[in-house]
Amino acid sequence: MSVNGQRVAEIVAPAIVGVIFVAAWDTVVRIGHIPPYVLPGPLLVAKTLWHDGPLLLTSLLFTLRITAAALLAAVVVGGGLAILFAQSRILEISLFPYAVILQVTPIVAIAPLIIIWVNDPFVALAMCAWLAAFFPIVANTTLGLNSADRNLRDLFRLYGASRWQELVHLRIPAALPYFLAGLRISGGLALIGAVVAEFVASSGGTYTGLAARIAEAGYRLQIPRMFAALLLLSLAGIAIFGALSWLTRWLIGHWHESALPRED
Amino acid sequence: MSLAGSRAEAAPLFTLENISRRFRNGTEALVGVDLTVGRQSFVSLLGPSGCGKSTLLRIIAGLSEPTTGRIRWGAGSNAPHIGFVFQEPTLMPWATVAENVFLPLRLASQRRDAAASRISETLTALGLAGFEGAYPRELSGGMRMRVSIARALVTNPELLLLDEPFAALDEITRFKLNEDLLRLWQQHRWTVVFVTHSVFESVFLADRIVVMTPRPGRIARDHAITLPYPRDGALRTSAAYAEECRTVSTLLQEAMS
Repeated sequence: MSVNGQRVAEIVAPAIVGVIFVAAWDTVVRIGHIPPYVLPGPLLVAKTLWHDGPLLLTSLLFTLRITAAALLAAVVVGGGLAILFAQSRILEISLFPYAVILQVTPIVAIAPLIIIWVNDPFVALAMCAWLAAFFPIVANTTLGLNSADRNLRDLFRLYGASRWQELVHLRIPAALPYFLAGLRISGGLALIGAVVAEFVASSGGTYTGLAARIAEAGYRLQIPRMFAALLLLSLAGIAIFGALSWLTRWLIGHWHESALPRED
Repeated sequence: MSLAGSRAEAAPLFTLENISRRFRNGTEALVGVDLTVGRQSFVSLLGPSGCGKSTLLRIIAGLSEPTTGRIRWGAGSNAPHIGFVFQEPTLMPWATVAENVFLPLRLASQRRDAAASRISETLTALGLAGFEGAYPRELSGGMRMRVSIARALVTNPELLLLDEPFAALDEITRFKLNEDLLRLWQQHRWTVVFVTHSVFESVFLADRIVVMTPRPGRIARDHAITLPYPRDGALRTSAAYAEECRTVSTLLQEAMS
């Protein structure tokens, strides 16, 4: 298959699957006479999305701001910790288990505490999302910083490179693909973290994120709106993944094996 | 200009005194190695794998500490500028050819624009002109090895250490690189220590072959190659070369039995 043909196929093939899925969904709803409060048809969901669009988009923006803040904090704290770990083995041994503990503790369980402790709702939600997002970045970046080529490290030693030079010219570039792989996982996790935290917090009624809308619509049995909000959430997730994939290609596409076109 | 006689007795660049190296798992990699390398000589360390020749090279480079013994540098007590070429090209995949070659100068805090002419001079000497902006993945194995050698030579080192640099290349490429390396050495006369397990390669290049034995690694024979410089590809088909190769093969056989 030519490169162009493959690119077309990458768009057309999933689109066909999507069309088949939506058609099947519509058929099932129509033939089975399923009421909209159980399963709304795709047309109704689209109509609701159009109708409630402004409201839902405002909510989506709120959720996305939380996600972005959490992801940014995850990059700064996660990347910073990884660099710290790479400088000192004893520091890594001392702190890494706690990073794991933070990772394995379910956010649903900690979120209520954080929401009680932190007064600012935005900060509280962002902290929950950050907890979900930061571990893949720490873990991947630490691995990347430690996997710089051994001979290259010897070469840096031979030329009397300082720790700083080794970090900037060798370890960080070598870790970049690992960091970006972590970032792509964290992007999705930050969104999930934000949604989970909003669900936990939504009973307070002061939060206006998309997840709060979903919960609210659920209580009111506005199922089509739930579906519309869900759809938006999925699209947001896809957009985040797409943006981070693009960032990856832009940063390392010119040299890293993973980003090279395959020629069979 | 025959230099075979001037090897060790000329001003020595360094002397290894009773070098031994024992690994943490108890393996004796090197035992009691004494070796004096003269300035401007081309010494080949020849031996089968596991004879500690790479370990010896790392000790000379200061990348590894000997368990006993020491290394004494000729003039002054400091190690000279060293260039090191590994078995693999060991390039930074994220950097272009020019950036890779710039690395040793950058680590010495030189500015890129100040180093530009030195970089292009070195690249040209290794037949890499026009590839400045290429990334390592775009190059063949032989070209990558050329970049690796250019990087080692860009600082104008007094001592060039090569650890089986051409072992992974095909024969045609290896012959070409041997000839180019030899041509550059004949021009610049840095001191070279070249690790290899190829008899033909060491006879072609070196003015002195140090044969090593495995487990534990020690020096078995120290043999001068009297083939005159300048040498080129034509040497390979000469009777004198064939004769020398036979002699060295026999030495290697004796050392291993």
